[in-house]
Amino acid sequence: MSELIFEQSVPGRRGCSLPKLTPAEAACHLRMPEKYMAAEPPDLPEVGELDVVRHFTNLSRRNFSVDTHFYPLGSCTMKYNPRICEKIAALDGFANLHPLLPQLRGGGMLTQGALEVLYETERLLAEVCGMEAFSLQPMAGAHGELAGIMLIAAYHRERGNRRTKVIVPDTSHGTNPASAALAGYGVVTVPSNAQGGMDLEAFKAALDDETAAVMMTCPNTLGLFERDILEIARLAHARDALLYYDGANLNALLGHCRPGDLGFDVVHLNLHKTFATPHGGGGPGSGPVGVKAALAPYLPTSIVVKRSDGTYALEYDRPESIGYLAPFYGNFGVILRAYAYLLMMGRDGLTAAAEDAVLSANYVRRRLQDRYDLPYDRVCMHECVFDAGRQAAQGVRAIDIAKALIDRGFHPPTVYFPLIVHEALMIEPTETESKEDLDRFIAALREIADLAAQNPAAFADMPATTPVTRLDETKAARDMKLRV
Amino acid sequence: MPFLPHTDAQRAEMLAACGVRQVSDLFADIPPACRTDGLRMPEGLSEIEVYERLHRLSHRNAHELTCFLGGGFYDHFIPAAVDALASRGEFFTAYTPYQPEASQGTLQAIFEYQSAICRLTKMDVANASMYDGGTALFEAAMMAIRATGRNRIVLDTGVSPIYRRMLECYTRNLAIEFEEVAVAHGQSDRRRLAAAMDDRTAAVILQNPNFFGAVDDFGDIAAAARERGCLTIVSAYPVALGLLKAPGDMGADVVTGEGQSLGLPLSFGGPYLGFLAARLALVRKMPGRIVGLTEDRRGRRGFVLTLQAREQHIRREKAMSNICSNEALCALRAVIYLSLLGKGGLAEVARLCATKAEYAKQRLAAVPGVRVKRSAPTFNEFTLELPADAAEVVAKLVDKGIAAGFPLGRYYPGMENYLLVAVTEKRTRAEIGHFAEALESVL
Repeated sequence: MSELIFEQSVPGRRGCSLPKLTPAEAACHLRMPEKYMAAEPPDLPEVGELDVVRHFTNLSRRNFSVDTHFYPLGSCTMKYNPRICEKIAALDGFANLHPLLPQLRGGGMLTQGALEVLYETERLLAEVCGMEAFSLQPMAGAHGELAGIMLIAAYHRERGNRRTKVIVPDTSHGTNPASAALAGYGVVTVPSNAQGGMDLEAFKAALDDETAAVMMTCPNTLGLFERDILEIARLAHARDALLYYDGANLNALLGHCRPGDLGFDVVHLNLHKTFATPHGGGGPGSGPVGVKAALAPYLPTSIVVKRSDGTYALEYDRPESIGYLAPFYGNFGVILRAYAYLLMMGRDGLTAAAEDAVLSANYVRRRLQDRYDLPYDRVCMHECVFDAGRQAAQGVRAIDIAKALIDRGFHPPTVYFPLIVHEALMIEPTETESKEDLDRFIAALREIADLAAQNPAAFADMPATTPVTRLDETKAARDMKLRV
Repeated sequence: MPFLPHTDAQRAEMLAACGVRQVSDLFADIPPACRTDGLRMPEGLSEIEVYERLHRLSHRNAHELTCFLGGGFYDHFIPAAVDALASRGEFFTAYTPYQPEASQGTLQAIFEYQSAICRLTKMDVANASMYDGGTALFEAAMMAIRATGRNRIVLDTGVSPIYRRMLECYTRNLAIEFEEVAVAHGQSDRRRLAAAMDDRTAAVILQNPNFFGAVDDFGDIAAAARERGCLTIVSAYPVALGLLKAPGDMGADVVTGEGQSLGLPLSFGGPYLGFLAARLALVRKMPGRIVGLTEDRRGRRGFVLTLQAREQHIRREKAMSNICSNEALCALRAVIYLSLLGKGGLAEVARLCATKAEYAKQRLAAVPGVRVKRSAPTFNEFTLELPADAAEVVAKLVDKGIAAGFPLGRYYPGMENYLLVAVTEKRTRAEIGHFAEALESVL
């Protein structure tokens, strides 16, 4: 059992050293009335630096991560995070830069390097996606979705369109309907067809003059390219509804196909997925939002512009903008890492990354399809989705397979998503995993399938190799011990 | 190609296993007319070249100015152990802890973070983080709207203008009404706040210290709010809580804030950390991830994501928020920072900031023509009245190596001669002295 840092507290112990006040400073008495003061400082742990270092180092060892394990978590693109990007983000000239510095002297002349990073990243993302302009302000994928829907709302408001709803397929990420609702829209969910695409007839029935947007993921969360996408775009545009691209799966298309060329009007990206920035245990991410020209005036304030003399400036005078989405320019440290990655990969590197990601996913699909059911048996893109229905009938559910994988040294795939596949195992290998690792993973999943057929009871005690076995989630929700 | 381990021989083998001749066969679903024929971007660069280019760019930023800039974002000391621990790959290359047995490190760290935030703010529950202080404040307003069934928000203008304009942006498509109440003499205006709150008001939003640096005790405002059935939301500066009364002790219902000062570099505006804490009664209205303590089958303590029925991956359009990825690694940095500083250290940092700010206030007020704006007591940031346009003065001080503060005219028309100055524990007596001399020389 791991003690909490609070449980290691010893009154009077200290873990940091701070400078002393000079006599002149110390002579300045705080004129702080009692009523504004805390009776006692916050009850934080009293521990030494070594206590803290040992505690968090030991905690880190209780994690699976890309650095330690194959991590094929579908829809999350857990590719390798290059260390050079960390080194660059830690450079003093970036890490120690105050975001209000551009306010001190006209036009951001004190932060030309940082503004160039932002500008160039926007241009590269616009080229990769086939969009006119980008804002890097959104601080995560879902935040980018919200931004995108707000841009769409601004577009319709400007045109006097009365729009009340957003259409999503039933394979969509939960963030899509949640973002639409947070922007004030109702949500209509359209079922998928037998080929795993959005059902065109059901879509036509749902689409009307109150439709503000259609939010699609392409390839979708089944890992399948949306074959009717051009028709969906045509139908939507005929009603002046806009087509929204959830960029979670862009890794499949890099250099092969641009969302803008498919008819998408607004995209959001996840730099922490496609562009190799670390996932951080659940963020920070970065969710840039890109648009076609018709929506560019609505992008959040400020935007970076390049002057004719080659210098960069922040533009605030944008009367049609949706306003201030972030306190400043987005998660700059994340954007910077993605920029470094883009520079290293270059044109051919991105294209090759998508090819290997798609090849690896198809290889896994083909090598496992005799052991696990494929609900949609067709060529996949960067991820493949199995249904562990056969195993479930034997008493071994997707969650049990996940736990068995943990014991074999693999982070499990995404399970129970997309929702339309009941026992979904959504596997996204990414391009940075070697064939040797894929083969080991495939062998483990084949062995697990065989074990499910022979001895389903064996799964009850899995995982057995982790610091804790299966945890009682009902008890957690009932007890609500959310702090000490 | 960097980071791509397959050899051509392996690719051939894998293609054969897939039953296709070439990799383009796997992209056959893409409509031919929409296929990209080569992106218009440069060829890839080597690690050396990328580093050199970005290292050069990093020098085109004026980060070496002595920083008296604040405005909610501060140049605090970050112990080396924060960077060392947070850069462990086991933490930063993991993702959301969906598989708890394989994620106990992240889960326990978040649980400890939640605990630390609760102890700092004197609240019952905290979530695993929001994107930043501004989005946390928006989500707090949404919590109040859901909890009360009302749709009016009373907003003190002492709340950061950066956050106020974010609130405006996020609520433009929602039926939410804001009423801004201007501060009086630099502090929250009790009389007008009380008058503005009515039975349609979901919440009153306050900030401590406020944007001008003034410290307050909102106990009376929170009591007035409670009488009217509306919630009190306080945006707080966490380092100040080493010294100042916690919002929970003032009767706040929801507390948010920017966690950048808890061990995060300034990094030109992000990634930062929004914290959000509340009374227990509001827990089911909270957005975002929450970690709870439980047991495994052998009775051992463990941690899981809990109360997930609030969240988008379960509830979709009926969720409390759309948030998914948050700022977990930043929350980790914050809990490491708060552990290293500890009870005594945070109090000492707060006292250093406040004392040095008091010293700076006296030194700067002694410069001819400069006055300290009369106001309530301040913590580490204060407002100076200059005999000239503050933006122009600040521009001149840049040439003397000083980022002198934030010219308030940028956000508050009519305050063109006012400068907001922040002092942290990193500022030395010599730097403060140099600032005073430089200021005198440019006026």
